[in-house]
Amino acid sequence: MSSEAKSSTDYIQHHLQNLAYGKLPAGYHRHDGKVIEQDTWTLAHNPQEAKDMGFNCLHLDTLGWGIALGLILSFVALRVARTATVGKPSGIQSFVELVVEFINNLVNETFHHKNRLVAPMALTIFTWVLLMNLMDLIPVDWLPLLAVQVSGNEHFFFKVVPTTDPNATLGMSITVFLLMIGFSIKQKGLVGFVKELTLHPFHSGKWYVDIFLIPVNLVLETVGLVAKPVSLGLRLFGNMYAGELIFILIAMMFGYGLLTGIFGGVLQWVWAVFHLLVIPIQAFVFMILTTVYMAMAHDVAEDH
Amino acid sequence: MAQALVYIAAALLIGLGALGTGIGFGSLGGKLLESIGRQPEQGPALMGKMFLMAGLLDAVPMVSVGMGMYMIFLVAPGIGG
Repeated sequence: MSSEAKSSTDYIQHHLQNLAYGKLPAGYHRHDGKVIEQDTWTLAHNPQEAKDMGFNCLHLDTLGWGIALGLILSFVALRVARTATVGKPSGIQSFVELVVEFINNLVNETFHHKNRLVAPMALTIFTWVLLMNLMDLIPVDWLPLLAVQVSGNEHFFFKVVPTTDPNATLGMSITVFLLMIGFSIKQKGLVGFVKELTLHPFHSGKWYVDIFLIPVNLVLETVGLVAKPVSLGLRLFGNMYAGELIFILIAMMFGYGLLTGIFGGVLQWVWAVFHLLVIPIQAFVFMILTTVYMAMAHDVAEDH
Repeated sequence: MAQALVYIAAALLIGLGALGTGIGFGSLGGKLLESIGRQPEQGPALMGKMFLMAGLLDAVPMVSVGMGMYMIFLVAPGIGG
């Protein structure tokens, strides 16, 4: 393998590595040959170290950008709410009203129960995921290079898009899953919830037949239940990760001369335009599926 | 040998994903046009639902393209050495 291909692999790998802060065990050999004497919390200097941190590892860039974007969102929304007027609304107020109304209509259409949490949650998920996804449109090298400049460390990993980290998307989807189970139990009672899991697709009404159907039902329903958060989180992650990877591959073309660079610029523009469609759709899908799952949790099924 | 297998796997991943989604998008768009033809007043509502389904449908090939690119540019060079 030529050195060029080697360096391009390094480039991609560098872009796909999170800024990991975690615990390395005592006696661990760092990449530069140093041996750690006791358990230390430190930044990973290469992907292997990040891997060896295992469970005790925080992705500072994912957390930082996620929290920062959430704060910006809350700040803007709060400002608009404080200065809201019925007279002549400002541009930003009209925009926020547009978004709130859009979500309100959608939730009213899909969710027919009484719950004051669902609509605000849908609004938060939609706007937050949208903002996190929009970070994808910033050219892939700008913020990482800026981070290298600021930190002065040449191997400073920096992944800007939080939703390209499965920890972020699965974290959100597992929260949705827990809420789903919580509301399910609250609405139907523990017995109702267990009944839904054990007596659902196949049910005869005679106990001596049901005993043989319960294991089958349990397996089917459990698979269906667990598949929901997994597919919810992985769908968002997969889309954003694939998009990011293709942006990185296009960005590599800028290093191979003027003509390839111009072609790469055009490609980047085309992919960004396509991505402009994917970004809101994925945020929308995440939001609407959350609402649908909440509605399913509230449905007291009477059909068996 | 192992590297070639990785390339073939990536090609299958991307190609079959594209094939399935092509069929899916075809029938999605066709059904949408059919429904709008029957009930034009339902157009905007159907459009919104179509985009939801497009988002669900789009996820599969996008993930396979992402995984395929990952295999071509990271896994295969790693094996080839």
